[in-house]
Amino acid sequence: MTTLLFQNARLIDPEAGTDSLGTLAVRDGKIAGPSGMDGAEVIDCGGLCLAPGIVDIGVKVSEPGERHKESFRSAGLAAASGGVTTMVTRPDTLPAIDTPEVLEFVRRRANEAAPVRVMPMAALTRGREGREMAEIGFLLDAGAVAFTDCDAVISNTKVFQRCMTYAAGLGALVIAHPQEPILSAGAAATSGKFAALKGLPSVSPMAERMGLDRDLAVVEMTGARYHADQITTARALKRLTRAKEAGMDVTAGISIHHLTLNELDVGDYRTFFKVKPPLRSEDDRLASVEAVRDGLIDVISSMHTPQDEESKRLPFEEAASGAVGLETLLPAAMRLVHSGGLDLPTLWRAMSLTPSRRLGLETGRLSAGAPADLVLFDPDKPFVMDRFKLLSKSKNTPFDEARMEGSVMGTWVGGTRVYDARTA
Amino acid sequence: MTLRQRHLLGIEDLAPDEITAILDLADTYVDLNRSDVKHADALKGLTQINMFFENSTRTQASFELAGKRLGADVMNMAVGASSVKKGETLIDTALTLNAMHPDLLVIRHPNSGAPALLSEKVNCAVLNAGDGRHEHPTQALLDALTIRRAKGRLHRLTVAICGDIAHSRVARSNIWLLGKMESRIRLVGPATLMPSGAADWGVEVTDNMAEGLRDADVVMMLRLQKERMDGGFIPSEREYFHRYGLDAEKLSFAKDDAIVMHPGPMNRGVEIDGTIADDINRSVIQDQVEMGVAVRMAAMKLLVDARRAA
Repeated sequence: MTTLLFQNARLIDPEAGTDSLGTLAVRDGKIAGPSGMDGAEVIDCGGLCLAPGIVDIGVKVSEPGERHKESFRSAGLAAASGGVTTMVTRPDTLPAIDTPEVLEFVRRRANEAAPVRVMPMAALTRGREGREMAEIGFLLDAGAVAFTDCDAVISNTKVFQRCMTYAAGLGALVIAHPQEPILSAGAAATSGKFAALKGLPSVSPMAERMGLDRDLAVVEMTGARYHADQITTARALKRLTRAKEAGMDVTAGISIHHLTLNELDVGDYRTFFKVKPPLRSEDDRLASVEAVRDGLIDVISSMHTPQDEESKRLPFEEAASGAVGLETLLPAAMRLVHSGGLDLPTLWRAMSLTPSRRLGLETGRLSAGAPADLVLFDPDKPFVMDRFKLLSKSKNTPFDEARMEGSVMGTWVGGTRVYDARTA
Repeated sequence: MTLRQRHLLGIEDLAPDEITAILDLADTYVDLNRSDVKHADALKGLTQINMFFENSTRTQASFELAGKRLGADVMNMAVGASSVKKGETLIDTALTLNAMHPDLLVIRHPNSGAPALLSEKVNCAVLNAGDGRHEHPTQALLDALTIRRAKGRLHRLTVAICGDIAHSRVARSNIWLLGKMESRIRLVGPATLMPSGAADWGVEVTDNMAEGLRDADVVMMLRLQKERMDGGFIPSEREYFHRYGLDAEKLSFAKDDAIVMHPGPMNRGVEIDGTIADDINRSVIQDQVEMGVAVRMAAMKLLVDARRAA
């Protein structure tokens, strides 16, 4: 097995919380430490940043069912070029990933086609319909890293409670979408001045807190391990603080879009900005950035959701939700650094270390013995985003034509180079 | 003057001088429409297509008449019976029509923003005849013309817009227009029918009719949109009429010469008492219908002029 020596690298270590120049050696696919070895292939990083690869919880690969939107191959290539070394994939496919057989198919396809690690999540209920529990035990044995019905909220609290109780017994992680489902039905925007003027059906930001309140009560009842996929409002953050202070086994994520965009970006009904939950007010965005800095929000995800042109070229209310994000996660996150809010180790804690730990993975670290999943990037390199250059099959990014900074130069998974900007 | 807009998608996009230009020209069309030969040839040889994805009698008739009086060839697409029912998307329908080289496309659609989407895909002027809860610009223009002819001005008036604000595109367009023309706007209605965020629009908001109508120059009643009410916004029509229906008693809080408006169609005995609606000394509801044709003629003429000048 080859050995690699990254020299002259600005090492971003989220575990130590450091950002310093140094050297990193890799042997047999694992990080070996700071000292070099004879015969190693030397990679001169030229002072660019070297960080653990991104662990992205909540990637939608539209396979099975809608391969024209995204396949494991296209998503994997997109991930590699975006510095994402682990895609934690969603089960909201057609059919839903709710049986060990479907999960087995997904794992096989992923291993054949994707150059990065794929960790599949499975549905918590059959067909994500919120009625009958999925085979959580079998799915766990088959390799599911977490259980989620994605944006389909289990509105029947009795069913949800039973799923949580059962999951707790197996130590399985449940990921939910905190949202009061009836209040938010049909909503395309967050209520307020903007949505009302544009005449869009909207949902109060309170619906998120209501959903979280219910979920937290069930966590208290059952003791299940719980992760909220996206907490995007200041109101809900207060509840999250309280739950964590009470010592509950609760974590929360947020999409990069909610950290870098707000409701006004929708402008004249631009459907690429339609996401779930809808983009929030600037006050909520700022509160969310603050919460990431403080570690209250644990995880930043791309919430990569491929949609074809047809499902977006519709009136805003009828258009599909979601945005692709594997390739724009890193440059968008750099906005949070350049605007002075976050430093790189803090950012990588939320994009790599914590998501990895939450799922019980070994990645997300630079310490000796950790898998050599690495991303080399230039945090300042400017470019203008051109959606048609994305490797994703779907091009629905809200950052089209945006000026961005931050480019991935190389990506390694288990010590093997899976992306090289010089040859891409 | 020439309009800077190439479409009429909403009052939000119009500047005060553009609004005034449309109203000034519409004034001349009012005279034309009252004369024996109600015909001019400003749109002669042009094709106007009306696409109504929601049922409408008066607005569609008004646009049709406006186009015909200016000499355009007008076609009404019976959208309900067409390929839309076969699953064709809005954009495909638009592209199909676009290939027929229309000059004016009038669209009403249940989704906010649909005319804006359409305007990006076609080569002709698009007029929004009402989109979802967003805007209904020609309604606001005809309301403005009616007010201006009755009051002699559009600035420094107190206008009370009453009733179902939440579901009303008419209210939103009127708020834009009257705000741009520097009138004072009050929104009156039960909190369930008031959009959240309305207080940030630079208007006064109240749930009390007496308070809202006090010293108003214009009382604009909105139709209770029963078809958009998917669940319990008001307890009953009779309670609504009692608290928010315009009757003589509530009207007495407004100025003595206040005019009463309604975009129609009216629910008599729900948002407005029949005798008020028919009171020729107070109600300008029939004038609104008349002004509608003139304003639509003016808007179409100016949009065509703007495109010819470009």
